[in-house]
Amino acid sequence: MSSPAHAAHQAPQGFIRKYVFSMDHKVIGIQYYFLGLFSVFVGMTLSLLMRFHMVNPTLAVPWFAKIWPTAAAGGIMTPELYLSLMTMHGTIMVFFVLTTVPQSGFGNYFLPIQIGAEDMAFPVLNMLSFWTTFLALGIMIAAFFVEGGAPLSGWTAYPPLSAAGRITGPGEGMGQNLWILSIAVFCGASLMGAINFIATLVDLRCKGMTLMRMPLTCWTWLVTAILGLLGFAVLLAAGVLLLLDRTVGTSFFLPAGLMINDKIITTHRGGSPLLWQHLFWFFGHPEVYIAILPGMGVTSQLLSTFSRKPIFGYKAMVYAILSIGFLGFLVWGHHMFMSGMNPYSAMAFATLTMCIGVPSAIKTFNWIGTLWNGKIHFTTAMLFALGFVSLFVTGGVSGIFLGQPALDLYFHDTYFVVGHFHMIMGVAAIFGMFAGTFYWFPKMFGRMMNETLGKIHFYCTFVGVYAIFTPMHFLGMVGNPRRYADFTNVEYLAGVIPIHSFMTWAAYFTAGAQILFVINLFWSMKKGPTAPENPWNSTTLEWSVPSPPPFDNFAGEHPVVNHGPYEYSVPGAPNDFIMQTDPPEVHSHS
Amino acid sequence: MGMAGSLTHDILKGPPPPPVEHGWGGGDGSEHRGSSRRASFTGLLVLIAATTMVFAALTSAFVVRRGMSDDWTSLPKPPVLFVNTAVLLLSSIVLDISRRALKAGNRSQFNFWWTLATALGIAFLVGQAYAWEQLKVAGFFVATNPASSFFYVLTAAHAFHLLGGVSALVYVDVQALRLRLGPAKRTAIDVTAIFWHFLDGLWVYLMVLLYVWG
Repeated sequence: MSSPAHAAHQAPQGFIRKYVFSMDHKVIGIQYYFLGLFSVFVGMTLSLLMRFHMVNPTLAVPWFAKIWPTAAAGGIMTPELYLSLMTMHGTIMVFFVLTTVPQSGFGNYFLPIQIGAEDMAFPVLNMLSFWTTFLALGIMIAAFFVEGGAPLSGWTAYPPLSAAGRITGPGEGMGQNLWILSIAVFCGASLMGAINFIATLVDLRCKGMTLMRMPLTCWTWLVTAILGLLGFAVLLAAGVLLLLDRTVGTSFFLPAGLMINDKIITTHRGGSPLLWQHLFWFFGHPEVYIAILPGMGVTSQLLSTFSRKPIFGYKAMVYAILSIGFLGFLVWGHHMFMSGMNPYSAMAFATLTMCIGVPSAIKTFNWIGTLWNGKIHFTTAMLFALGFVSLFVTGGVSGIFLGQPALDLYFHDTYFVVGHFHMIMGVAAIFGMFAGTFYWFPKMFGRMMNETLGKIHFYCTFVGVYAIFTPMHFLGMVGNPRRYADFTNVEYLAGVIPIHSFMTWAAYFTAGAQILFVINLFWSMKKGPTAPENPWNSTTLEWSVPSPPPFDNFAGEHPVVNHGPYEYSVPGAPNDFIMQTDPPEVHSHS
Repeated sequence: MGMAGSLTHDILKGPPPPPVEHGWGGGDGSEHRGSSRRASFTGLLVLIAATTMVFAALTSAFVVRRGMSDDWTSLPKPPVLFVNTAVLLLSSIVLDISRRALKAGNRSQFNFWWTLATALGIAFLVGQAYAWEQLKVAGFFVATNPASSFFYVLTAAHAFHLLGGVSALVYVDVQALRLRLGPAKRTAIDVTAIFWHFLDGLWVYLMVLLYVWG
């Protein structure tokens, strides 16, 4: 049965079909990874420019004037330019890094292998979804280069600023249109990805791979795909309405009587800016979990592997993932406590928000339980997974403050929020990606990364990100507003300017440390020692095939799974790990 | 397929005993690279869920926008919409007559009915374009008032999805007329038909929404 099908599916030979328009999930996964890597450096550069401006608001930099002749005339950034950097930093990081790499990158590469499938269910659709994402990124980057430059309205694109057009500022002309277009295209790509992830996971699992034998990474990729499917559909609808307000003159989000830049807007009436906020955050909150859930999966996988212990409470972890996904759709209102919503709704949203603390705490508890009494191997991958837990807790705790309407009213437009979401959504998710990179690199590229360089990179990054984002909480308590380009001559903030300087230096340091990672990545791809099939003595299916795996993953074989995903240190077993594909007679937990 | 391996079973009862001969996983041991019939149906369900979310979002925007403002004036709907509705419903019925013919092994019957259903689908789109034309003549444009905005957005979003459905109908039709309806294409037939029925139901829902509140 398998031989003719197998013969019909030889790997394509030409360069274009093999590496560019590839339908192989592994190649597509790597394509997504590098798309994300490019994006993260663009996003990081933007953040460095913002941090630089924050502490040197009046310093003339000649090459700024060369890049932005009008927006930085004389080498000094205008506040509008600062806002456009902020908008693009947020957008690129959220969509093209946090959404793309953990799910579409690692998920594409490892979901089919971990469940014993030869490929995704719909390879052509998979290829299309990558190139659609690529197109979306191209459109987004193009927003820098059109008249007026990139948009100013933040990654949340709140109207009226995002809807009223060019009159609201540079970048609110063509730049904002391109932004919406790019996001709409991205929504389409995400939908295609979600179809593939869900169909593959539901229908292509190999013999013996029951749902409760799936690695937790697969569970998180499944729930993330469902969140993306439901969330991006809503964002797409909202984006269409926003674009119509801007281009056709409808009034979905624009009320009457707006006065913008000393001009009264008479062409719109009756619309509601809050409507956008509801639609956006119905997507936007699940988006937070889209970014973080795959990182949780990787962390669970790694803590178990490198503690040489089964994951503590596998089923509880699965239920926690499912309930986080479900509750994630019920709490969007906590982003809108400032909007003047009915206090009773605020209370409901606050209560539901606190409920998410329960599955999150279950996960944290189980991670610590997994580590307890384990034989911990401090590999670089493990360090990043531990870093993930640390950042998740730090960022999560500040979320409990922000989930209270009374406190949020004070904190909402301050740096407290910036510190919170960077810790939990930004840096924690990035640590999940680093953990995944160090863990799976040998499988993806057939070579080992350098551990010493990796550890130096980890410690620098770990200290660096805490140095950048911890002070933000104090700034928020002092009342330092976010989104402002410049705090000179603000008397009550004079005392915190040195803290801003410290954060900026910490950002330079952390960004510099990333060079170590890039060197390690590319050097190891070419020169790293050859990776064995299973360098970490892991149990899941991807470690039962060569590094890198052959074109159809299992070389025409059909793997049969006999064991759960985390059978480490099983008493009586010959090794301290039992592969999922080991024969059933090997002594097992159950 | 038994209960074992299903989502509910696995969640409620825990993992089944280790398999001896038969696969418990979702797949047939994933013997085929690429899509299997079951994966196609799962993918279709996911697509339907996403489409539902798009229209749920637009509906909630519709309800909120209508409820929050005082500038909503009901739109005089072109009566041709009822003709279009009938055409679309008829296309669904014809499509199923066609599938029955195929099940009975009557391929030429299948070809005839399927082609007819495709034509009815295209006729619906033409009818919708005619409805827009009539509204235009009557002076109702996208930005005229919120009711007209939502009318155009909802009908255009539906037409956009229907365009995808018509493409699938045409694809199957071409395959059928070229006598290329192998077993793999049966999946394409069923998936297309189910999606078409869904779009049909979606249109009935939109008619109710537009006539009751629009």
